[in-house]
Formats: sequence, structure tokens, C-alpha cells
Amino acid sequence: MLAQFLQFLLSGLTVGAIYALVALGFTLIFNASNVINFAQGEFVMLGGMLAAYFLRSGLPMPVALALAVLVPAAVGVLMEKLTIEPVKNADVLTLIIITLGVSMIIRGAIQIWLGKGTYSIPAFSGDTAIPVLGAMIATQSLWVLGLTAVAVLALWYFFNRTLTGKAMLATSFNRVASELVGINTNWVLCMSFALSAALGALGGILITPITLTTFDVGIMLGLKGFVAAVLGGMGNGLGAVIGGLLVGLIEAFTAGYISSAYKDAVPFVLILLILFFMPRGLLGAKVTDRV
Amino acid sequence: MKWWARKWLAGVTLAVGAMTASMAAEPIRIGSVLSLTGPAAYLGDPELKTLQMLVDDINKEGGIIGRELQLIHYDDGSDASKANAFAKRLIEVDKVDFIVGGSTTGSTMAMVPLVERAGVPFMSLAGAVVVVEPVKKWVFKASTTDRQAAERVFIDMKKRGINKIALLSDTSGFGQSGKKETEAVAAKYGVEIVANETYGAKDTDMTPQLTKIRNTPGVQAVFIFGFGQGPAIATKNYRQLGIDLPLYHAHGVGSDEFIKLAGPAAEGAYALAPALLIADKLADDDFQKEVVTNYKNRYEARFNEGVSMFGGQAYDNLMIVLDAIKKVGSTDKAKVREAIESTTDFIGTGGKINMTPTDHMGLDVMSLRLLQVKDGAWTEVR
Repeated sequence: MLAQFLQFLLSGLTVGAIYALVALGFTLIFNASNVINFAQGEFVMLGGMLAAYFLRSGLPMPVALALAVLVPAAVGVLMEKLTIEPVKNADVLTLIIITLGVSMIIRGAIQIWLGKGTYSIPAFSGDTAIPVLGAMIATQSLWVLGLTAVAVLALWYFFNRTLTGKAMLATSFNRVASELVGINTNWVLCMSFALSAALGALGGILITPITLTTFDVGIMLGLKGFVAAVLGGMGNGLGAVIGGLLVGLIEAFTAGYISSAYKDAVPFVLILLILFFMPRGLLGAKVTDRV
Repeated sequence: MKWWARKWLAGVTLAVGAMTASMAAEPIRIGSVLSLTGPAAYLGDPELKTLQMLVDDINKEGGIIGRELQLIHYDDGSDASKANAFAKRLIEVDKVDFIVGGSTTGSTMAMVPLVERAGVPFMSLAGAVVVVEPVKKWVFKASTTDRQAAERVFIDMKKRGINKIALLSDTSGFGQSGKKETEAVAAKYGVEIVANETYGAKDTDMTPQLTKIRNTPGVQAVFIFGFGQGPAIATKNYRQLGIDLPLYHAHGVGSDEFIKLAGPAAEGAYALAPALLIADKLADDDFQKEVVTNYKNRYEARFNEGVSMFGGQAYDNLMIVLDAIKKVGSTDKAKVREAIESTTDFIGTGGKINMTPTDHMGLDVMSLRLLQVKDGAWTEVR
């Protein structure tokens, strides 16, 4: 009984860590621009697909993985420069619709380029599993949890201890005031796209040895990450991480104790309940709009 | 008239005569409704390529019974209700001589009432047994059914003394039909399904289901009925959970793609596949060696991609009708239907086919080969 519980807990935490990375990506861009970037899931897909592609074309693993983070980051910058910045003053809703369009373009381009097939990359340290109290932990799960923790800590350090990070944080609090003290807010917006694309891609690479990847995994991962971000409170970094882990756990326990048929539905039912009863999520800040 | 002029004139007359003769012969119209887009596109794509290749090749050699072949095909977008409308168009507007296709069971069943009423020979490419059971006068299907897959696996299990198994199937049409058939024939082979789990075709983690299976007492083997990436992920999870029972897969995974995806975890797993997928590993005196090698070489040379069992099924089904037309010497629908029904010892990519008035499928259970992954490659278990 305990072994079974532990097994569900572990698989929930592993998937949850990926949702957390996606949710963090949503949070970064939301803070910098109030835009919900629905192309976030496509960065996750890009990470996994590119890693598989680079590995297949014979690059050594570290180079392939680094490229699979850097290329999506560049795509993020391009996306911001080409589609968001030119219409920066448009309505937020318009911008959100633009991100939806971009996600379709990215997905379509990859489908044409790499095809509809399923891709995989080898686990970072073999396929063996470690027994813990009767449950089995795949070593790749440890990589997922460990590197996600590192990414979250690095982000925390960046925002609280570096000037660049503080500039980004300031922009998220008050754009006009930040411009007045000399922060280049265009650059901040650009950075936030690069960072969240890189985070998403990292998630995509980490999870691919476990779940495999195809050109269309971005839709579901993006939506789940969005649920996680809303659950945690849109715009709150810590909330995004907690939200991600919670969504992962809820899914795994639903699949384990009820039926896997419902596991995708549960997070979406959850988001309805949250929007009804706690519209600001678990850790969302109280916002007041100036009228 | 000078002798050379007379000769020249005679030549022209002959040539013109030959041309009008070949133009006068109406082409044989082949109708086809396939799922070229949507979720079942992986079926329709190799099927259409195969049909096009065969039609082109046969026309290059002058067609059959002195007539060219003409392929008229529509894409149902994996939507059964569209298949019905397209079948109507094929029959009433395009006036086809016979129909091949209906990539999915849903599309096929939507077309069946129309072809039955119009009386057009219909070769379905779908998988489920309901297409040919009960027997329908005009409907044939020379391709593997899910029931055969289940029976083939049980035959091997019995040989190994396995009688308590766990079944894991996906929730798509393929998996659910497979689940139903597996449950239906289990008792016949004295096999008891002690754990019965399902997973979504797009699921990325089957650890919870497999944990339940592992904790079920008495399980001697696990049978996974699914297609695409699901079985590969399940195989990985299977090894991660440290389960060391024999693992059987149905006929949806017997490709090199599966080994690539599942990696070292695939080692030792069993799967079913038609001979086509192990063409280069067949013994030289294997009765299917020639036909599968021939088809595989032609397909791979033209499309620069690997063959699949679905393309192979399109080959088998089209060739059976063409053989029937050759036998009758015309495209008279009733006669062609009778000739298809009396197909004997047709060697196709899927096995040896013998149709009878009570069996419109005609494939032997053993025509599916049992494969096992050994040292990272499929090998046939004999």
C-alpha cells in the first residue's frame, strides 16, 4: 500500500516539476508584459525535439542539450522582436491571440521539418531504477527534480541579487516608473521571453527520456503549465512551482486511485473551481487597478 | 502509289488503329476513401502511397486485361461520417468498378450499407473483426484482425504454460477493440485475465497502472494492446518498476521505431508482426520472402521511407481484386465478387489468404509472426 502511494507520489512530482518550469515561464512573461504566452508549451516541445534531433545528427550529448536550450531561447527572442514588440501597445487580449498564432506556426514548422514521428533521447544516467521502500525511482526523475530545483534557485538569485534581475522585477511592478529611472523596458521584455523559452526547453529536455516527445506535445504541456500558474497565483514565482507540483500530484493520484481516463480532466475542472472561488490562486497578490 | 508510300501509310493506319483501340477501352476505376489527415493519418498515408505506386507500375506495363487503371481517392479526415458521403460519390458519380479502403473500422462501417445496396466489391483496410463478421456479401478484408492478434499471443502463452495474465490496453479504438477481443477469446485458451488496466493513447506515464499490475498476485505475463508511443513508454516504465515477467505486445509495435523509442528496455519483449516487417530476416525458402521483399524494395525506392503493415495491407487487398478481374476477364461486379470470394492460396504481405463464402478475411492465425527483441533487434520466435 505504502509502496503504491510512494510510486504515485514520485511519478506525480516528476511530471509536476516539468509543469512548474512551464508555469514559471508563464509567470516571467506575465510579469514583464501582462501577456499570457500560449506559445509556452511549444518551447517545451522545441527543447525535447531539438535535443533528439541534435543527438541523432551526431553531436555529443552536452553540446546537443545546450543547443536545445539556446535555440528555443533565440526563438523566444525572435518571437518577441517580430510579433510582440511591434504591437506592444495593443490590447493584452490581442497580444494573447498573437501568441496563440505563434504557437501554431512553431508547431507546424516542426511538423513539416521533423515529421509526425515520436522521438526519444537516452536517459542521462541509464535506465536503471533505484528501489526506495518498495517503490522504484528512475534516475531520470532525480535529474528532473534536481535540475528543476537548481533552475528555481538560480532564478531566485537572479531576481533578488543581480541588477538585471532587479530591473526586470521593477518593470513588473511598475513599467512607467521603471522607464523613468532609466530601465530599458523593451530589453526587459525581450529577456523575459528568452528566459521563459529557455526554462520551457529545459523542461522539455528533462522529461523526454521518460515521456518521449512528438511535434504536438506542447499543447497539453502548455495547458497544464497554465493551470499550474493560475493555481499558484498568476505572477507569483513560488506559486508557480507549488502549482506545478500540485497539478502533477493530482494527476498521478487520479490515474492511480481512480482511473487514468480522468487524469487530464481533473486539472481543468480544478481551474474552473479556482477561478470561481479563489480567482487569485493560492499565493496570488491582491491587485488593485487604478481607474 | 510507290511501294514506300504504301508501306508508310500502312504503318500509320496500324498506329492509329492501335491508339483508338487503347483509347476506346475504358480505364478500370478504383475508388478509395482513406484517412489521409487527422489522427488516423498514419494509416491512410502509406495506404495511398501503395495504391498510387501499384497503379502507376501496372499502367507502365500496359494495365490489366488491356485496360488502364485509374485511382479516384478521397480523404475522410479520419471522420467516419465523411466516409459515407464519399462512398456515395464514388458509387454514383465516379461510377467506380470496386472500392479499396476505409482506413479505419469506423469509416468502413459507414460505407458498408452503401456498397451492399449498390453491389460494389469492397475491400476494407480496417482492423476490427466486425467488418467481416457477420459475413456481408460485398465486403472483404484481407488483413489481420485484433482477434487474431489475441489468439496468436495466447497460443504462445499456452506453450509456455502461462494461464494468468494482466492486460493493459489503450483507450483508442484500436486498444478498446483489442481489449474486447482479448477478453472474448481468453477463456477458449484457458487464460484468465486477473488484472485489466487501460491508459490514454497520449499518456506519458503508465507507472500507476503498472504498479497496480505488479501488486496483483498470480500474474504470469503482461499483454499490452496499443499502438504508437504508448507501448514504448509502458515498456520503459515496466523495466523501471523492475517487473521481470514476460511482456507481450500486439501487432501495433513490431517496427524498428519501437526499439529506438524504448531503448534497452525493449530487450526481451515479444510482439506480433506480419512477415513484411522482418522481410530481410526471413529464411530464403520462406513462402512470403519473394512477395514482401519485392513490395518493400519498390516502396522504399520510390518513397524513401520504411514500409508499414498498413501499406502492405493496401497491397494485398488491391492485388486480390486485380487477380479476380484477370481471372474473370472483365469488371462485371457480380463475377468479380465471386472470384474474390474464391481466392485461394494468394500469397500477400500479411500471409496466405484463402477466402470462402463464410470467411471474407481468409488469413490464418499463424500468419502473424511472433517476434522478440534480442540484442536490440527483432528476431522471429519459431
